[in-house]
Amino acid sequence: MANSTTEKGEAAAPVSMTSVIAPAVGWLIPGAGHVMQKRWIRGLLLFVSIGALFVLGLMMQGHIYKANGGDILDILGFIGDVGAGGFYIITLAMDWGQGAIAFATADYGTKFMIVAGLLNFIAVADAYHIAIGKKQ
Amino acid sequence: MTIQLTHFSAATVFALFASIVFGITHRETTREMIRYGAYCFAMFLAGAIAAGWVMWLLRR
Repeated sequence: MANSTTEKGEAAAPVSMTSVIAPAVGWLIPGAGHVMQKRWIRGLLLFVSIGALFVLGLMMQGHIYKANGGDILDILGFIGDVGAGGFYIITLAMDWGQGAIAFATADYGTKFMIVAGLLNFIAVADAYHIAIGKKQ
Repeated sequence: MTIQLTHFSAATVFALFASIVFGITHRETTREMIRYGAYCFAMFLAGAIAAGWVMWLLRR
């Protein structure tokens, strides 16, 4: 098992099941990776913040990107959206977010959903750092 | 169900939720998380307002 030393001089825990499962669960349900490591308030705040951004984006009639081989912005939009995990999966399953971006608030909605996904990537990385002991 | 937000409302909501996530993920202690989150929120809003005035100047 590999050990690494953090900047603060504390040894990180070796790779464990938690360090694999927490990020995966955290991707699927924003904040769940923190909750399963008993960071209840952080997990709840992450879920509410990321979830609210995504749902508001949908309510503003934002557009959801599917996997595509189109231009770079469409690909980046997809990468951002997929970061929202379960929210993205449910949205695709319900066929929501398919409208054209016809006005300013719909454009904001599209960006809200992309940012929600990107923020969840950050949250997943945070859950991983907690799991390996790099962060309390 | 749809919602219509003003530009400023959308910016404020965005700043609030993004700042909460930044505060939690970028700091260690609760006090530092709250301070950093508040700082990020202020910077988001100030940046949006400043960018608006810069665009007004450019347009003028």
